[in-house]
Amino acid sequence: MADLNINIGDLQLKNPVMTASGTFGYGVEFADFMDISQIGAIIVKGTTRYHREGNAYPRMAETPSGMLNAVGLQNKGVDYFAEHIYPEIKNIQTNMIVNVSGSAIEDYVETAACVNELEKIPAIELNISCPNVKQGGMAFGVSACGAAEVVAAVRKVYHKTLIVKLSPNVTDITEIARAAESAGADSVSLINTLLGMSIDAESRKPLLSTITGGMSGPAVKPIALRMVWQVAKAVKIPVIGLGGIMNGRDAIEFLLAGASAIQIGTANFIDPTICEKVIKEIDEYLIRHRYSSVRDIIGALEV
Amino acid sequence: MRIFAPENDNKISGMKKYILDLKVTEKLNPHSNYVLLKLTDPDGALPEMGPGQFAELRIDGSKTTFLRRPISINKIDYARNELWLLIQFVGDGTRALGNLQVGDYVNCVLPLGNTFTTDLLDVKGLKSTEDISLLLVGGGVGIAPMLYLGAVLKDAGYKPVFLLGARSASDLLELDEFMALGEVFTTTEDASYGEKGFVTQHSILEKRSFDRVYCCGPKPMMQAVARFAATKNIPCEVSLENKMACGVGACLCCVEDTQEGHKCVCSEGPVFLSTDLKW
Repeated sequence: MADLNINIGDLQLKNPVMTASGTFGYGVEFADFMDISQIGAIIVKGTTRYHREGNAYPRMAETPSGMLNAVGLQNKGVDYFAEHIYPEIKNIQTNMIVNVSGSAIEDYVETAACVNELEKIPAIELNISCPNVKQGGMAFGVSACGAAEVVAAVRKVYHKTLIVKLSPNVTDITEIARAAESAGADSVSLINTLLGMSIDAESRKPLLSTITGGMSGPAVKPIALRMVWQVAKAVKIPVIGLGGIMNGRDAIEFLLAGASAIQIGTANFIDPTICEKVIKEIDEYLIRHRYSSVRDIIGALEV
Repeated sequence: MRIFAPENDNKISGMKKYILDLKVTEKLNPHSNYVLLKLTDPDGALPEMGPGQFAELRIDGSKTTFLRRPISINKIDYARNELWLLIQFVGDGTRALGNLQVGDYVNCVLPLGNTFTTDLLDVKGLKSTEDISLLLVGGGVGIAPMLYLGAVLKDAGYKPVFLLGARSASDLLELDEFMALGEVFTTTEDASYGEKGFVTQHSILEKRSFDRVYCCGPKPMMQAVARFAATKNIPCEVSLENKMACGVGACLCCVEDTQEGHKCVCSEGPVFLSTDLKW
C-alpha cells in the first residue's frame, strides 16, 4: 500500500478522499454499506444559524450524466446540530467536518463560533457559493470582496481549519480564491454546483420548484478540473477538488491538476460504497506508477 | 439508520440495507405498459424486507439516465429466494428495466424506506386479529406494494380486503395473486370489470366498516381515499413516490411537506399517515 496521508493545513487526513456536503448526510446513513471511518473526512450537511425548511418539492431533476438539485440548505440549525447530532457523530473515527452556510455575515459568524466550541470537529467548510438560497450564499461567493468579508469575519471566531467552498458561477474563480486566501482561509474547495435549469416539455413547466438549481455529476468534471488547475496555480494554500468524480481515475486527475484532496458527492447516489473503491483505486494507481506517496502526484501534471 | 429527531416516531425501518446483484429468473409482461421481474440472489438468501419498502435499481447502458430508479417490493417468497418487482414504464429508466432478459443481473440497493404498520394489536383499542378489519386500496402501479402488504398481514393472522381500481379490465393486474390472499373488490372507469367508477365510489365502502385503510396509487386517488378515511375517522396510511437521488435520507431531494416540516420520502417514508401530510 502506498502512503495516502495528506494534510490540509492542520487537518490530517488518512487519505485524500472526502465526502461532499449534502451528499453523505451525517455519514451514518451509509454505515450499512461500508466502514465510513475509512474515508479521509466526512463533510456533513450545510448547517445554518437557524433552522431552515429548504425549498419546496420538487428539488431534483436528472440530467444527462448528472442532476440538478435545489434543496435549499434544509437543516435544523446549529443549536440542534450541537445538541442532538454532534453527540451521535463525534465518535466516528474520522474527520467530521461541518459545512457552514448563511445569509448574512452575522449568521456565518455565529454558526462558526458555535462549531468552534465542538471539540471533535476539526474543521469547517464555509459555503459561500450555494446557488439555492435567496439572500447571501451566492452573493458572497461571486465577488472577491464579498468572499474576503465573510472569510475575515469567520476567521476571527473560528480557530481550527477553515476551508472555503467556491462557486463556479463567476467570471474568474482565481480572483475569489485569492481573496479567500488573503482573508485567512486555510484551504479552498471547488467547485460547488453550476447553475442550471430543466424543463418538462410536455407540461411546459420547469422541473424544479425554484426553476433553476445546481448541477452536479460527471458532466461537470471538465469545468471543475479546469477551475481546480487554475486555482491551484493562483494560491499557495491547499486546494480540495470536487465536481463529477466517479472513480479513482477521476480523483487522480484532480490531484494531478493540483488538488491535495478530493470530495465525492453525487457518485454516492449511484454507488454507496464508491468512497471505498476510490481509495483503493488511488492506491493502485500510485503503486502502478511507482509513487510511494500520494503527495508526489499533487500538481504533477506535465504541461 | 439512526434518526436524530426525537419527536419523530414514524415507523422507521430497522432493517439492514444491502447492495446486491440480483439475477432475473423470470420476466413477464402483464400489460403493454408494465414488466414483472422475478429476481433471485444466487449468492445467498434475500435479506429481511418489510411491506412498503422499495429497492433502488441501477440502470446500466442507458445514454439518457443517470440515477437509480426506486421500485416497490411487490412480493417476496423466502422459500424460493425470489423477489418480485412490478415496474410501470414511465420513462427511459423504467423502459430500460423492461429490456432486461432472464439471466441478466440488476444491481439493487435494498430494502429502503419505512414500512406499513402491520402490528396492529399495539394500536389503542384493537383486540385480536380476527376483530380487525383492514382495507388495502391500490391503483396503477400502486398495487405493487399492496400485494406484499396483503401477504404479510395474512401471515400475521389478519384478513386483508383489497380494493383495486383501474381504467379498464385489462389494466387490473395480478388479480389472481390478490385473490389468493383475501377478498378482492374492483372498479373500472369504463365498467368493463367490477363496479363502475373510482375506488372511492365502490359500494363496499358503505357496506362495511374498516379499522384501518392502506393506500397506494396516483396522488389524486390517495387523496380521495384519505378524505374518505377522514370522514369515517379511520387511520389511513399512504405510500408516496417522490423523485429521489440518494434513496437513503442523505441528500434531502425527495421531501414531502408534513405537519412536522419536510420529511424524506425515501427514509422517513414512503409510508405516511395521511393526517401527517399537508393534504
